[in-house]
Amino acid sequence: MAEHDITIEVNGTEEELTVDSRTLLVHALRDELGYTGPNIGCESSLCGACTVHVDGQAVKSCTMLAVQADGASVDTVEGLADGEELHPIQKSFQEEHGLQCGYCTPGMIMTTQQLLEDNPDPSREEIREALEGNICRCTGYQNIVNAVETAADKLNGGARAEGD
Amino acid sequence: MSIETIESGAVDAEEILGSAIERREDPSLITGRAEYTDDIQRPDMLHMAVVRSEYGHARVEGIDTSQAEGRDGVVAVYTAEDFDVPGELPVGWLLDGLRTPAHPLLASERVRYQGDALAVVVAEDRYTAHDAADAVEVELERLDAVTDPAAAIEDGAPVLHEAADDEDLEPGRHENAAFEWEIGDAEKTDAAFADADETVELEIENQLLIPNAMEPRATLAEYDAGTGDLRINMTSQNPHVHRLLMSGVIDHPEHRLHVRAPEVGGGFGSKIHHYADEALCALCARDLERPVKWVASRTETYQTDALGRGHVTRGEMALDEDGRIVGLRVDTKANLGAYLSTFAPAIPTYLYGTLLSGQYDIPAIHCSVTGAFTNVPPVDAYRGAGRPEASYLVERIVTRAARQIDMDPAEFRRLNFVDPEQFPYETQVAVEYDSGDYEKTLDAALEHVDYEGFRERQQEAREEGRYLGIGLSAYIEACGLAPSELAGQLGAQAGLWESSLVRMQPSGTVTAYCGTSGHGQGHHTTYAQVIANELGVPYDDIEVVEGDTDEIPQGMGTYGSRSAAVGGSSLVTSARKVVEKAKKIAAHQLEADEADLVFEGGEFHVEGAPGRGMTLQEVAGAAYLAHDIPDGMEPGLEATSFYDPENFTFPFGLHAAIVEVDPDSGEIEIERYVAVDDVGEQINPKIVEGQIHGGIAQGVGQALYEGAEYDENGTLVTGSMQDYAVPKAEHVPEIETESTVTPCPHNPLGVKGVGEAGTIAAPQAVVNAVTDALEPFGVDDVEMPLTPERVWRAVQAAEVN
Repeated sequence: MAEHDITIEVNGTEEELTVDSRTLLVHALRDELGYTGPNIGCESSLCGACTVHVDGQAVKSCTMLAVQADGASVDTVEGLADGEELHPIQKSFQEEHGLQCGYCTPGMIMTTQQLLEDNPDPSREEIREALEGNICRCTGYQNIVNAVETAADKLNGGARAEGD
Repeated sequence: MSIETIESGAVDAEEILGSAIERREDPSLITGRAEYTDDIQRPDMLHMAVVRSEYGHARVEGIDTSQAEGRDGVVAVYTAEDFDVPGELPVGWLLDGLRTPAHPLLASERVRYQGDALAVVVAEDRYTAHDAADAVEVELERLDAVTDPAAAIEDGAPVLHEAADDEDLEPGRHENAAFEWEIGDAEKTDAAFADADETVELEIENQLLIPNAMEPRATLAEYDAGTGDLRINMTSQNPHVHRLLMSGVIDHPEHRLHVRAPEVGGGFGSKIHHYADEALCALCARDLERPVKWVASRTETYQTDALGRGHVTRGEMALDEDGRIVGLRVDTKANLGAYLSTFAPAIPTYLYGTLLSGQYDIPAIHCSVTGAFTNVPPVDAYRGAGRPEASYLVERIVTRAARQIDMDPAEFRRLNFVDPEQFPYETQVAVEYDSGDYEKTLDAALEHVDYEGFRERQQEAREEGRYLGIGLSAYIEACGLAPSELAGQLGAQAGLWESSLVRMQPSGTVTAYCGTSGHGQGHHTTYAQVIANELGVPYDDIEVVEGDTDEIPQGMGTYGSRSAAVGGSSLVTSARKVVEKAKKIAAHQLEADEADLVFEGGEFHVEGAPGRGMTLQEVAGAAYLAHDIPDGMEPGLEATSFYDPENFTFPFGLHAAIVEVDPDSGEIEIERYVAVDDVGEQINPKIVEGQIHGGIAQGVGQALYEGAEYDENGTLVTGSMQDYAVPKAEHVPEIETESTVTPCPHNPLGVKGVGEAGTIAAPQAVVNAVTDALEPFGVDDVEMPLTPERVWRAVQAAEVN
């Protein structure tokens, strides 16, 4: 098994590591670098619990090889809050009880961030459609949809809140 | 529509109980800091992978581990003969005449389901472990399989567990029949049918479901050879139960076994049971004296997590000339899978047959159940566990009965409800309903959906060639199975109390330990609300601890919607003991008679003299200082309780679904879903709402999308999330919730439980709506899941007839 020295910028911090050719990005993040926010739910890109952003695009990190992320910038849920100040999306999930067991939540939040960048004022149908790659077994989704709406309001109302 | 939350800091202590506060669990979960089992890393940690049977039923001809053992990074490979321990998984619920064939951790002669474990490989990293598992060569001779419980007990069906020579099976009993059980009065019921004016028949299947907790099951085991301590972090809904069971399975003293459930990503029943995997992981760690981690792949969860449901049922209902129900007769073949899982025998018996009276006053009921071994994974509790199967049958047959006698389904239900003045109501199937007001939830739901208006709209739509339907589900559930003595009489091999410890620190803060073990239900929030209310201590000064056998005295865990009703009541009991002791100390320090002291708002004061008082926090300080407490009293301020409820609790409600069905394509759209639930008092209405939403999503999933399907060889054909339709956001309707409150009369919180209500109620609401929509075609049955193909076929078949 060939080994590769790669560099990934994770949440703004440059990380150097050695991985096998077949090491998945999610395992590199979790097991090698300690970013355990992205969770593994299906190893097949269907559940979305492992969603992170790679160069600004939401990606299922269980179906991307770590070597493919060499030189890329990766954002995980751990990088979202500003110190102890929650990101408006995180705050909205808390306010709306948009989570129960929390396992799918890091992925839901990262997908929501991508959605609201692409479409700052989505309808409930558009939100449900955008979340099709993220499965939640606990909430029945309704409070997640509420959380995304609330987050959109917060982000639209306070331009200061977060521009990225 | 949806309940607004408030920050806990904005709520006064007197109002904290019943407030929709934000969850204190969330900050760590939404920032990625929460620690699930697979997040835990240990130096020198090894990974375990399991070699599993690819066939549903086969004879093991040989297992060759040499290729795996020779690989770089492989530390050990174990087969059944390598572990010198009892090594059999126990059954925690016994029934008369129950067959209890051996359930080994690793199969050595026969495999009985696809996924049955044959060997384990331990390696330096997870990739190597899985590669090596693939390199273990297993020679299997395939045997005929059976996966349907009714087919399994027919003559000539392949036998899973041959009776031993000394096993005394009654004549005529099939070896695949693990039990034959009945409840109710057969003679009385037969007489009711003989005198009936009308009888209604229904044959239904309640399909097998895969629980699909988002976090796969996982275990991390660590052994300290110096002390003999074996520490287990695992995905558990009940760490104390796991500790007790595992202690026997791997022969390790219970006090040297420490089981902790870190953050757990959902369970829905699937993390109650004791599986082979956690025991094998523990054995490997003990043998190798290094930390060993095992994490199920999604494929493994599909092949090995205990399934739910799996009933094939024939129901008959007898009516008198006025449309009153006079009898109910039920015969069910229940799928138990290949072996008996931890609580498997209880689910299709005492958690099913006892709920068959539904919300109705039925004077004669009889139910017989045969539990069958088949070549699918073990079947056990999945959200609702027996109660959804009962409610599905009752609400489907009630709907069919109303149609058969041409009565409105809402009025048919109203006519047959148990009346409010009949409570406590003794059913014909051995339980006593605590309290209820079934017309109240029916009326609330009918008003909410504008039932009369809908019927007009339905008629108009039909004239335009559009098919709308409404489905009602008047469900009942039973939570907090109790008391322990009764559970014991019914076969439970455990008590069903709950334990807690409420401890005040000298500075006046509080830690509350409870033996339940939440995994998404928000117990840290709701339990702190309960304690704040009892003690008058600020909510933020209360810490809640769950899920660790080292910290919590004892516990039975979280399942069966029992946590609030049993665990919450235990916390109240402990808190009240704390107040009782504190009162004596306060009386002593205030030089007052204890009888003259009142406790309100967290303060003791002499009645009529509010200035002369002491806060509970001050009393806590005095209790630990112990310089001036009553003679003979021990210092300190804490209390433990074991709360054993007097009875089950019986939440109820009425769910109504409105659907539109396209008879040409078979597609179903849920236009509205209204849930009116009465779960007793609510500790946090937003959490109640979330439980209802999530339960309904799983119930709608069963009605429309989900189903574990096996081919004739016992191979799972819905083996991934691609093939098994776990509902996505677009598949679940917007849910309109409402509630009524009929307090539970026999616990101190008045709560009934809410974890399973939605899952119990939803399937038949949706199916009844579809059959109502298709009434013009004469369709009155479609099998779940109601895929477009099945709906289309039902319409075609009805049109042909």
